[in-house]
Amino acid sequence: MIGIINYGAGNIFSVINSIKKTGKKSKVISKPENINITHIILPGVGAFDDGIKKMKETGMDEFLKEQVKKGKYILGICLGLQMFFEKSQEGLLNGLCFFKGENLKFSDTLKLPIPHMGWNTVFIKKRADILKDIPEKSFFYFAHSYYPVSVEKNIISGITEYGFEFASVVEKDNIIGVQFHPEKSSDSGQKIIENFVNLK
Amino acid sequence: MLAKRIIPCLDVKDGKVVKGIHFENLRNAGDPVKHAEFYSSQGADEIVFLDISATVEKRKTIIDIVKKTAQAISIPFTVGGGIKSIEDINNLLESGADKISINTTAVKNSSLIYHAAKKFGSQCIVVAIDAKKIYEGWQVYIESGKTPTELDAVQWARQVESFGAGEILLTSIDADGTQKGYDIALTKKISENVRIPVIASGGAGSLEHLLDVIVQGNASAVLMASLLHFKILTIPRIKKYLQQNGICIRI
Repeated sequence: MIGIINYGAGNIFSVINSIKKTGKKSKVISKPENINITHIILPGVGAFDDGIKKMKETGMDEFLKEQVKKGKYILGICLGLQMFFEKSQEGLLNGLCFFKGENLKFSDTLKLPIPHMGWNTVFIKKRADILKDIPEKSFFYFAHSYYPVSVEKNIISGITEYGFEFASVVEKDNIIGVQFHPEKSSDSGQKIIENFVNLK
Repeated sequence: MLAKRIIPCLDVKDGKVVKGIHFENLRNAGDPVKHAEFYSSQGADEIVFLDISATVEKRKTIIDIVKKTAQAISIPFTVGGGIKSIEDINNLLESGADKISINTTAVKNSSLIYHAAKKFGSQCIVVAIDAKKIYEGWQVYIESGKTPTELDAVQWARQVESFGAGEILLTSIDADGTQKGYDIALTKKISENVRIPVIASGGAGSLEHLLDVIVQGNASAVLMASLLHFKILTIPRIKKYLQQNGICIRI
C-alpha cells in the first residue's frame, strides 16, 4: 500500500493516478493514522512555509519522521523534496531535516526565466535504484523557483542544468526526493514512479 | 537544457472541442479528452483548454473534462476561460488541472492574481494577455479581444509578474488567425521586460514562424491551434525542424 500525503498543498490527483497505473494500491493520508503502508509519497506545490505549517497543523511532520525511522520508503516531489531539507530562502520555518542543506532562489543574475518551468534533462550522477532503466539525459517536467543545495554531496543521484547545475534527484537510504514532477513527466516520469513503488 | 515547449490549444464550448481535429472515428469528434490524448501521444509538451462556453451553467462541464483528462494524460495541462474567483481556481486544480489561466478577471480584479499565487503557488497561475498594436506600443484587450482597456501591454506584463503570475500567455490580436506569423516585436518586447516565461500565441502558419518567435522573440513556448487541428503541421514535424535548427526540444 502506497500512502499519499495530502496536506492541502496542490494537486494529488495525478500522483494517485500514476500509482494506479503501476497496479499498486494507494491511500490518501490527511492525518496521522495507524495504517499498513510500505511507501509514502509527499507531493507538493506552493510556498515552503505554507507547506510546513499545514503539515505541523495536522501532525503530519511527526508522522513522516516516525515512518522514516521505521524504514518506510518516502518520495518527496518538488516542494515535497525541498521540505526534506533544513530550511529555505523562501520562508522562516524549519524543514523536516532529513537532509542537510537548504533551498535557494534562482538568482536574477542568471538572466533566465524564473520559475524554471518546463521540460529539462537529468544527468545521472549515481545509478540509484530510483533511476533504474532511465536513460541518461531523459526529460522531466519542472516548475519551481527554488532549488535544493545538499550539504551531503554523496546523496545526489541526478543533476539538472539551468544556468548552473543543481541537485534534481537526491537519495539517502529510504528517503528519496525529486525536484521535477514525475507524475507529469510522461513515460520517463511514470518509470520513476514504478521504480519507487517497487523499492524493497 | 530547458526545452522550448510546443503547446496545442483546444477551444472548448459546452463540453465539446470546436474546430478540432478531424478524427476518422466520429465517436471521438469533439471529445476534448481524446484530443488531449492524441496531442500528448504526438509529443505535445503541455495542453491548454480554453473554455469559451457562454454561460456559467455550461461552463460546469469543464470540471468533468479536467478530471477525465488528468486520468488520460501525464503531461501538464492548463485551463482558461471564465475563471473569476479563488473558488473557481480551487475547483479546477482539485479536479486535476496543473495551471489555470486568467485574462479578463486579471484586469478587472488584479488582486485575484496575488491571492491565487499566494494560495496555490505562482507556478500554476498563468495570466493571458491579449494585445493589439497601436501607434506606439500595444494595448491590452479583454473579453475575448473585444473590449479595449487603457493598459499598455508591457506595463501590464510587468505588473502581473509583480503580483505573482508564474507565466504569461501572450496573444497578438492582430496576428491571431492570420497564419502569417507571430508578432515577434511584441513577444520580444514582453520577454525582455519580465523574468517569467512567455508563451507566444497567435499567427503561427509555418515552421519558420515558430523558429522566429523562439529565436528572435525569445518565447519560452509556442501555442498553436488550427495549424495542428487542420494538420497543416504535426508536432513531430515541428519538433524535428526546431531541433535541426539548434533549438532544445524534448523528443
